[in-house]
Amino acid sequence: MSDAIITVENLGKKYSLRHQRNERYTALRDVIAEKALGFFKNLKSGNGVSVSKEDFWALKDVSFEVQRGEVVGIIGRNGAGKSTLLKILSRITEPTTGKVRIKGRIASLLEVGTGFHPELTGRENIFLNGAILGMTKAEIKSKFDEIIAFAETEKFLDTPVKRYSSGMYVRLAFAVAAHLEPEILVVDEVLAVGDAEFQKKCLGKMEQVSRGGRTVLFVSHNMAAIEALCSSGLVLAEGKLVTRADAKAAVETYLRQLSRRGPLPLDTRRDREGSGMLRFISVELAADNQVRVPVFQCGASAILSLRFKSTGERELRNVRVAIGIDDESEQRILLLDTALLGQDFRTLPSRDGTIQVVIPKLSLLPGRYHFTIFASVSGVIADWIKNAAFFDVEGGDFFGTGQLPPQGQGVFTTPHSFHVESKATAKETKEPASVS
Amino acid sequence: MEHELVIEAGQTERNYWRDLFRYRELFYFLAWRDVLVRYKQTVIGVLWAVLRPFLTMVVFVFIFGRIAKLPSDGVPYPVMVFAAMLPWQLFATSLSEGSNSLITNSNLISKIYFPRLIIPASSVIVSFVDFAISAALLALLMLWYHVWPGLHLLALPIFTIFAVVASTGAGLWLAALNVEYRDFRYVVPFLVQLGLYVSPVGFSSAIIPEKWRLIYSLNPMVGVIDGFRWSISGGRASFFLPGIWIGLAVTVLLLLSGIWYFRRMERTFADVI
Repeated sequence: MSDAIITVENLGKKYSLRHQRNERYTALRDVIAEKALGFFKNLKSGNGVSVSKEDFWALKDVSFEVQRGEVVGIIGRNGAGKSTLLKILSRITEPTTGKVRIKGRIASLLEVGTGFHPELTGRENIFLNGAILGMTKAEIKSKFDEIIAFAETEKFLDTPVKRYSSGMYVRLAFAVAAHLEPEILVVDEVLAVGDAEFQKKCLGKMEQVSRGGRTVLFVSHNMAAIEALCSSGLVLAEGKLVTRADAKAAVETYLRQLSRRGPLPLDTRRDREGSGMLRFISVELAADNQVRVPVFQCGASAILSLRFKSTGERELRNVRVAIGIDDESEQRILLLDTALLGQDFRTLPSRDGTIQVVIPKLSLLPGRYHFTIFASVSGVIADWIKNAAFFDVEGGDFFGTGQLPPQGQGVFTTPHSFHVESKATAKETKEPASVS
Repeated sequence: MEHELVIEAGQTERNYWRDLFRYRELFYFLAWRDVLVRYKQTVIGVLWAVLRPFLTMVVFVFIFGRIAKLPSDGVPYPVMVFAAMLPWQLFATSLSEGSNSLITNSNLISKIYFPRLIIPASSVIVSFVDFAISAALLALLMLWYHVWPGLHLLALPIFTIFAVVASTGAGLWLAALNVEYRDFRYVVPFLVQLGLYVSPVGFSSAIIPEKWRLIYSLNPMVGVIDGFRWSISGGRASFFLPGIWIGLAVTVLLLLSGIWYFRRMERTFADVI
């Protein structure tokens, strides 16, 4: 047998999507009401109308091996099955088919801060969190000093963590997880939290772990980080394994696959909030003349086509739609909102349709931007998908000069002009400068 | 110590009891956390633990003892009522804590693996703190009324376990149902409130007509409360042995079916919570 620390064979996970219900969870009264309704319908029509259930394979026939000491980047779009894979590996959920063999303890930084209780002090939380992550009391005791040194929170050990700043909170949480010393470490994109200094520390810890001969599974959307940190990569798309190769090849495959993409489905996304009165089912990028494009161009027009469907019988009233755009460091940089324009949709046709968000001249500089989609109907949140998808912006000809700011000189540009005034004219036009 | 872990459909089922043992430390920690949090959050936590059963007892003594003039079964009415308050409160608190425990710990369930049975089980421990406080109060009450238990007191732990097992069994059912149907949490307080009047807390079970006694004993708390009164009164309170056996049978059935249902639902907890 090879030195595979993780062996995955034909792994599959099936979810049943319930179509008529849009609540996050079931309520008994709904079940009763539904059953009763079904019963009466049966009486009337003779055939049962039940809730339509649709099977959805979040993972299907995934097989791969991970060798001891390997640092594997797991890449894929949202909904490709990355989190499902991690959940199965950390035993949170059971696979529907297939088998996984793991040699050694697996710890995941999915769990950062899991089980922290705001009322308890830092000290108490270290013990609690350690136990939750699978450390024994003796283990925690022996690493206690190391943990607080790493977290830099010595002074606040006996303060309830509810008084901690979010930075301190994350530092402490990460410190506990980082000292778990598992044979296999799973890192999800939690590294986005915390300040830059701390992120560096986390990545450092990850490198240290992998240099120590231990295995790391790293999930990220940051291709640069994957290429820099991982020795190999694994690309997932729609629940299937696309590529298992070295990191560079995997990133390339992924990017190539992206450029060929059609409309990005959103209806399988489970991490959404809202009543479901209106639901976005896909998003697509288009340029000027409604032509579908793989990427936007800076300076050209950019259109996001959001296909939606509504579940209600009646037409929707007072619909507000907003798109929040974040840069790579998850900083919100733009908000496009019907409310800002005073253009909430009075009514939207029931059933389905497409909403187009048109940016006549895109001022975002080349890079990757994630966006959040939001809609409310009559003031009630209908659908809210945080970090729904991302788009890439390529260099374009914003100014008609063929020039754009070099990298590192901001995330967007704006039309501007420079003027020279002579002393004489300056006196005459001595108006207060308007500052916004 | 390197062991190979195999994950496949149905696998957790097989390793369940071994895992449960392996995660025992987590059980202690969760119980410790719940106790800590409970008495940190409420400044009047201890006072509350004293006041609630005490005031209920006063009302019951007034209504059942003074107004309805029900018989007090060999011991002063306040002692009789409070001896029932003690196990009832243990049952009620652990039942409501247990049935809510999965929801309040949903972030744990959706993020890490451990046998889920740990959560409702550890939440039962919290109610022991209130129980200890009330027990002290009962001791004071007994001193005041000069009630001496004698050797019968040795049976008290057995009846305490009886109460805990009953509440755990029911708690497992409710906890699992709570995850599946979120509006079940409205049912639990109602059940607890109803149970307070259906169980012989404010009155002696001796006033139940003989022919109904067996059916009445299907409520496991009847046996527990009778047992409590019997052991603290030094055997003076009435003791209906067939009823105890029925209660015990119901309790065991409740626990076993509770574990069965909980385990059946457990696999999908992380997906639906």
